[in-house]
Amino acid sequence: MPAARVLRATSNRDPANQWLVLEPNRIEKQYWQDLWRYRELFAILAWRDIAVRYKQTFIGVAWAVIRPFLTMVVFTVIFGRLAKLPTEGDAPYAVLVFAGMLPWQFFSTALGSCSDSLIANSNLLTKVYFPRLIVPASAVITSFVDFLISFVILAGLMVWFQWWPSWRLLTLPIWVVVAFAASMGAGLWLASLNVQYRDFRYVVPFLVQFGLYVSPVGFSSAIVPAKWQLLYALNPMVGVIEGFRWAIIGQGALINPLGFWLSMGVTLLLLVTGIRQFRRMEKRFADVI
Amino acid sequence: MGSSDVVIRVEGLGKKYALHHEKPESYLALRDVVARKAKSAGRLLNPFTLTGQLRKAQREAAAERAASEEEFWALKDVSFEIRRGERVGIIGRNGAGKSTLLKILSRITEPTTGRVEIRGRVASLLEVGTGFHPELTGRENIYLNGAILGMTRREIRSKFDEIVDFAEVEKFLDTPVKRYSSGRYVRLAFAVAAHLEPEILVVDEVLAVGDASFQKKCLGKMQDVSRNGRTILFVSHNMPAVHALCSRGIALQDGKVILDSDIQQAVVNYLGSGSNYVGRIDLISHPNRERGLEPWLEWIELEGADQGLELRKPVFIQIGFKAQKPIREPQFTISFATLQGEQIFVLNSSWQTSSIPETLDGSGTINCQIHDLPLMPGRYSVSTRLWVVGEKLDDIPSFTEVDVSWTYRKPHEQPYQRGHGLIYVDAAWEVLSNHSNITTGYFR
Repeated sequence: MPAARVLRATSNRDPANQWLVLEPNRIEKQYWQDLWRYRELFAILAWRDIAVRYKQTFIGVAWAVIRPFLTMVVFTVIFGRLAKLPTEGDAPYAVLVFAGMLPWQFFSTALGSCSDSLIANSNLLTKVYFPRLIVPASAVITSFVDFLISFVILAGLMVWFQWWPSWRLLTLPIWVVVAFAASMGAGLWLASLNVQYRDFRYVVPFLVQFGLYVSPVGFSSAIVPAKWQLLYALNPMVGVIEGFRWAIIGQGALINPLGFWLSMGVTLLLLVTGIRQFRRMEKRFADVI
Repeated sequence: MGSSDVVIRVEGLGKKYALHHEKPESYLALRDVVARKAKSAGRLLNPFTLTGQLRKAQREAAAERAASEEEFWALKDVSFEIRRGERVGIIGRNGAGKSTLLKILSRITEPTTGRVEIRGRVASLLEVGTGFHPELTGRENIYLNGAILGMTRREIRSKFDEIVDFAEVEKFLDTPVKRYSSGRYVRLAFAVAAHLEPEILVVDEVLAVGDASFQKKCLGKMQDVSRNGRTILFVSHNMPAVHALCSRGIALQDGKVILDSDIQQAVVNYLGSGSNYVGRIDLISHPNRERGLEPWLEWIELEGADQGLELRKPVFIQIGFKAQKPIREPQFTISFATLQGEQIFVLNSSWQTSSIPETLDGSGTINCQIHDLPLMPGRYSVSTRLWVVGEKLDDIPSFTEVDVSWTYRKPHEQPYQRGHGLIYVDAAWEVLSNHSNITTGYFR
């Protein structure tokens, strides 16, 4: 046993013996390694946000259920009953709306908390080192918990309408990952812009509001005229929502494969540029905040 | 003592900050950028004024460059090496660059020039209780704070009981820390930090918290840490603490290393460097002004302080203020402390007689008169703050140092020493009875 320990202590990989070099504009190769080393901090920050959230508000958990449920009811009445928009296949309109509502709620709350996260944790950023990416990432995780809770409503709706999902439901984790990517990508952009330009936080609620209308949340994306479909698909949430609908409702979704992949591409681009922008801004956070 | 012993190597380190003169520009607002861009684009697109505009743009760019040269080097060309197990005190006055140095070493901010090489895990303690959340319990905060300081969950779990013992909080482990007394809060926060076991520990001024006995305990703990061969970098204004803990001192002044020697010499050097008092002191751009606060206090003047103040003589202090908004029950404070950071007394406009109106607005000057200065001879640091109930509006700690002398003492008297105390208390002495063989006539 002691022999093994000695071996570890003298090996080059041991942080105790590694030289760390700090230089201006040094591209830290160990950044991603650090990210892995700080995974416990990531977990505990996410846990903190969740714990605090449900400790402070009495209706905390209920809130995660009530909000999407009421929005779903309103959308179903307005778009389904009053505007008489078509559903996809023979899916009940409420299920159609909720399948879109799930990723949208996740995206919008993640975006909000992600963009505020750096400012809210400025005391940490100016006092200790850790890969800053952890902060917005744990903010997204917090929204993910709400997302999981609202799945209960979906299950309830399916039982109510006796709508049995097909095997496609098994692909749902893929779409969840895509939703994650879209939220992280957009969130990272907003988080770093928010530090640089403090009035950016007034833009975020507007973006979210605006996004709700340009994303197929309350209606099927099939009602968008064919010639606008590609343009429409530039919205990353179009791809995500279509993916969710495809997995939950089955038929009808994935109306425009080209548009769908375009949307996926935009999501990927958003994530990659978001991370790059964040990394570039990251070293200056402590000086600017 | 080969070079293999070196754990920190700093070469030509510099850190530049851009200095902002106007408060509103301390952070950038998007609307400013958009407005500026839109305006210049509009003008440039007008063909009739193009050449003129181009020339103007060039002039503006030059002016902007000149303005951006208003920069401030918090550190300049700093080099040193630290070996394994050394305990180094970084000393210097406020604004000398100590905190910036620690921030670079703990990777919070990047250097502008130069290079730092560090071997081993660094734990930095720039504040106690970083990341403590008031809603979470003591137990939860131990895990949270430990993780923030870089401990693994396993490490925390194995030291958990020790931490709780050290902080004396057994009974309150499952109480949210918002219900803790401030003393208990600080004890818990320090206890977590004290159980870090990095190869290099960077500590900034954290001993300034808690009561005296707890401070002693903390100092003891840090001495234990250093005995285990760990390297410590320690910044404090508490010279006795620095002296007790460190073996080597690096003195900084205006961002440069001015002395790198044994701790004794460094401390003496620090305590002996000249008084910096000059006439009316501008507080708005004072380097010690607490960041993030609006400049309510604009200037301060201690009458005659350039010649030194005198024990038992009146002192007149004028403060120029500018209210950022009307406030109720303002409290102006002026405090005197030793250079080691020990507070001696605080004047507070709401404790003493004052004619300051209940609601303060606009700008003006306030005079504070100390009837007779009770400070024994020596050098003192002076701070000023503005409060309203429960909120600090402005804070300029140790904005200057002043000398106090005792001129009217009898010439043959024994010279004053610190052992004679810090404050002068007036008293009257008289003889009530005296049985003496000396017959002077008076007692007859």
